[in-house]
Amino acid sequence: MNRRGFSAGRVWAMLLRYLYLLRSSWPRTLELTYWPTLQMLIWGFMSQFLYVNSSYVFRAFGVLLAAVMLWDVLFRGQLGLSMSFLEEMWARNLGHLFVTPLRPYEWVLSLLSMSLIRVLLGMMPAALLAIPLYHYSIFSMGLPLVAFFAVLLVMGWALGMAICGLILRQGMGAEGLAWTVVFTLSPISAVYYPVSILPAWLQHASWALPSTYVFEGMRAVLFSGIFRADYLLTALALDVFYLTLGAGAFLFAFHDARRRGALLQMGE
Amino acid sequence: MIEPAVTVENLVKRYPATVAVDGISFAVGRGVTAALLGGNGAGKTTTLSILLGLLLPTAGKVRVLGEDMLRHRYRVLPLMNFSSPFVDLPHRLTVRQNLLIYARLYGLPQRHDRIENLAEDLQIGEFLDRPAGKLSAGQKTRVALAKALLNEPELLLLDEPTASLDPDTGDWVRCYLEGYRARTGATILMASHNMAEVERLCSEVMMMKAGRIVDRGSPAALIDRYGRTNLEEVFLHIARGSRAELEPVS
Repeated sequence: MNRRGFSAGRVWAMLLRYLYLLRSSWPRTLELTYWPTLQMLIWGFMSQFLYVNSSYVFRAFGVLLAAVMLWDVLFRGQLGLSMSFLEEMWARNLGHLFVTPLRPYEWVLSLLSMSLIRVLLGMMPAALLAIPLYHYSIFSMGLPLVAFFAVLLVMGWALGMAICGLILRQGMGAEGLAWTVVFTLSPISAVYYPVSILPAWLQHASWALPSTYVFEGMRAVLFSGIFRADYLLTALALDVFYLTLGAGAFLFAFHDARRRGALLQMGE
Repeated sequence: MIEPAVTVENLVKRYPATVAVDGISFAVGRGVTAALLGGNGAGKTTTLSILLGLLLPTAGKVRVLGEDMLRHRYRVLPLMNFSSPFVDLPHRLTVRQNLLIYARLYGLPQRHDRIENLAEDLQIGEFLDRPAGKLSAGQKTRVALAKALLNEPELLLLDEPTASLDPDTGDWVRCYLEGYRARTGATILMASHNMAEVERLCSEVMMMKAGRIVDRGSPAALIDRYGRTNLEEVFLHIARGSRAELEPVS
């Protein structure tokens, strides 16, 4: 019995719990793929329309589709983490979990792993379906796609952990934030338009987000075939910064919940 | 000399509007079944939560199985467990899935064998593959007990172990707990306001009121001290007595 330090077995135990939950309800599994696929369909047809009506989109047919799918990586990454966290809240299970040797950071690692699985389950069908439907493969971006995916996923995790921390602090009244907060970042992440469109004062806020570098970098790849390594490095540095903040907020909120006695009472 | 299973010194838990635990001290010897007895809001569950590491105290010292619980709880958590009928296992998972996950969290080898043995002992085999949310109160209690005994704990903490059970199932659970303690030499500390249960199972009782221990002793000694015929009458006497009459016992 491992009494000290990290245990991959405990992380796997928690991951297994979330996989059992996912498997126990086919509507939930279907829901994972439903929205990304629907979004891809809408934006795919929109791209086809704009293809003949816009010189901007004409330069790179897949830019809107790629943006939609990559934005979903950020959204699903955050939501995937928050949903697994909320499962424990709804089940009022924290009291059981944290009388075991499970460490909070092991729990967080299982939440991150589950978030990755949820993102892949959600995104893959949409990405694959776009190939026969629109003759567009996001995978044609090559290695930069992996970098973009990683940056957005980690940003989603940072945001997810901060939101989970807030729910631990404020209770289930803050649950709605898990679905909504990420959309406040959408207008300034330059998902569908360049940062230069934004007012000058808002551009500063925009360049403080890793997502902005991803979407600007994505357009550089699709329009000019240039991979902006400087964008990637800045985005990674910002990711590290926000991930540290998010993890710090979560662990602080967890400690505070122990002080307030919320672990045993937290739930619906 | 063997250190007691639980040692609590001057434990205080203060919230902004109330004092849930007000400077209590007690020790529970190894292999003993003891109870924290008191009405609602007496501080029993708060004390158990602190012992489990779920709640941080405002002040005081807690040693569990020879370790400082506040500093080294991860050294002791593998050796203890907890059950409460008020905290269900996750409803959507089957009983077997729940038990497997907890067995993994405790790092148990031969998990499947352990679950099968417990299922036989606790007579839960027939609903191992049923969702935990679809069990009756009695079945849930037995499943919760199975979860609490997965790691064969040296210290078992129980919050109202037979609450909401019919007399037959309640008696069955009490018999099982007695057998478990006798077989393993484990220490059991329970929070309860079921006087008959405490009288039957426990050799030590701490009577709590308003966050303080107002008296303690064996059930027989308490009954004798207050000149009553059973523990329930002692409890009622203490619960209805004024604070001035009941100076806390140090």
